[in-house]
Amino acid sequence: MTSRIQNIVNRIKQGETTARQEVEAAFKRAGSISDYHALLSLTKERALKRADDIDARVAAGQVIGELAGVPFVAKDNFLTFGASTTAASKMLEHFEAPLQATAIEKLEAAGAICIGKANLDSFAHGGSTENSAFGPTKNAYDTGRVAGGSSGGSAVVTALEVVSFALGTDTGGSIRQPASFNGVVGVKPTYGTVSRYGVVAMASSTDTIGCFADNVEDAELVMKIMSGRDVKDMTTLPDFFTPVAAAKVNQKIGLIKESMSKDVDPEVRKRVNEYTEKLRANGHTVEEVSMPMTNHALAMYYIIVPAEISSNLARYDGIRYGLRAESATTLAELYGKTRDQGFMTENKRRIMIGSYVLSSGFFDAYYLQAQKARTILINEYKKLFETYDLLITPTAPTPAFKLGENTSDPILMYLADIMTVPVSLAGLPAVSVPAGVSDQGLPIGVQLIGNYTSDAALLALAREMESK
Amino acid sequence: MYFIRNEGVISVFIGYNKYMTQISRDDVLHLAQLSSLQLSDDEIDNLQQDIGNILGYVQQLGELDTSGVEPTYQVTDLENVWRDDVVIDDRISREQLLELSPESLNHQVKVPKVL
Repeated sequence: MTSRIQNIVNRIKQGETTARQEVEAAFKRAGSISDYHALLSLTKERALKRADDIDARVAAGQVIGELAGVPFVAKDNFLTFGASTTAASKMLEHFEAPLQATAIEKLEAAGAICIGKANLDSFAHGGSTENSAFGPTKNAYDTGRVAGGSSGGSAVVTALEVVSFALGTDTGGSIRQPASFNGVVGVKPTYGTVSRYGVVAMASSTDTIGCFADNVEDAELVMKIMSGRDVKDMTTLPDFFTPVAAAKVNQKIGLIKESMSKDVDPEVRKRVNEYTEKLRANGHTVEEVSMPMTNHALAMYYIIVPAEISSNLARYDGIRYGLRAESATTLAELYGKTRDQGFMTENKRRIMIGSYVLSSGFFDAYYLQAQKARTILINEYKKLFETYDLLITPTAPTPAFKLGENTSDPILMYLADIMTVPVSLAGLPAVSVPAGVSDQGLPIGVQLIGNYTSDAALLALAREMESK
Repeated sequence: MYFIRNEGVISVFIGYNKYMTQISRDDVLHLAQLSSLQLSDDEIDNLQQDIGNILGYVQQLGELDTSGVEPTYQVTDLENVWRDDVVIDDRISREQLLELSPESLNHQVKVPKVL
């Protein structure tokens, strides 16, 4: 596939287009897809100024960055200048960030231009972008269906070609699942690859930053620029990610059989099977493997993640920034009313479950037991990676579901992430790649899972397969 | 939506509906208090049902034998990451930060009476 990013940068270098023209064209495309409600704000003034700066550098014959003049969109939980950072919540509706996320700073240093902020489930809590305080985003292929989530807006602007890449966050599948629902590439790196400084925290032990792109090569370039150690995020790993030219030949790939049970949509299984046939045709070996703990991963996730959420979201108190409820006369009332008005029901649900599983008397039975089960899950992965280079599953059990279909039952909503959460609990890298469409024309994605810090090898194989 | 429509199938696949944890209205109010949330009556009813169902679902982990297994709290194995003890200038002024607060007075954040 052709790199859309390289195409823009090369044409700017050769004087065939300008950064300003590219940015203006992106704004025009953004305006034309407003019905999808994928974007919460545009950063017009700042984006055009940055474009003019790049064009001035080109005119002066100066060196420009690898992403010079390339417009992109950030999920609205990345702190940025030029527009508010809302996390799709009433709590932060008017929050103007005093700093930018490290990921944004790095992309800007390479010349990329943020043109707007994408819709998400409020505080990234959800799997459909229906939990946004500002209304849902619609699927790029069927406006009666969900975008997936929580990075739904970013997936849709990439699918509709508003920009060549968009940023997302993935805590339990929030990049991979919407990538699957909208037919684009979605990368969730090894935990610790990209600094999370300046990104609204959700669950600190699984939060990762990644991207959506039209093709794997573009995603690799964006990941390369964003990744690396950051003193402002002490959980970042020492620099390790550099894309490799070609994938290893004759790889051994394990198809996780629990993810292909008859309960998974038959068309999804069909597309995954076709993808494994293509892997075989490329000289790789695919074997069925078993990972019994994947059936318990969702239960672990909905103990561990709410626990971390209840802690991370304690900072929204109405005191230092964000919403403050009016007419509170005591401090306790100010906290209670502010948090009632600033959070969506799903935020409250997760905070309260977190409070429950961490409270004395329940801690051992829920939280500690889940963290022990997590160890067993990780050991299952470790065992498989002794034999296999990669693992494969569907990205989601179904194509995109209808708007409103799962909103009445939180557990049904959580099930959309059943394939992606085990990977997050283990901190492994994974990518969702398009694998065709259903009979109804809805995109279906395949999830490739790599061993810890094997992101480069994982993406190289995904790239190799794309050209087939 | 085959997967999501057939509830019998879901119960096989993930153990949904296998357990029901009932939590009381008082439990919900206690959790709301621990979480500093002042909830409306309607919301309390809905949360009581949803939280009960979710806790029922996650109880499946009780079946697992985890004796002798160490918990995993983080996956990087990084420990005690140090940096030089020097001030990093983030170019953010005190005034900028005070401007973010809903109410400030005499260069300080203003809050209601605590006592």
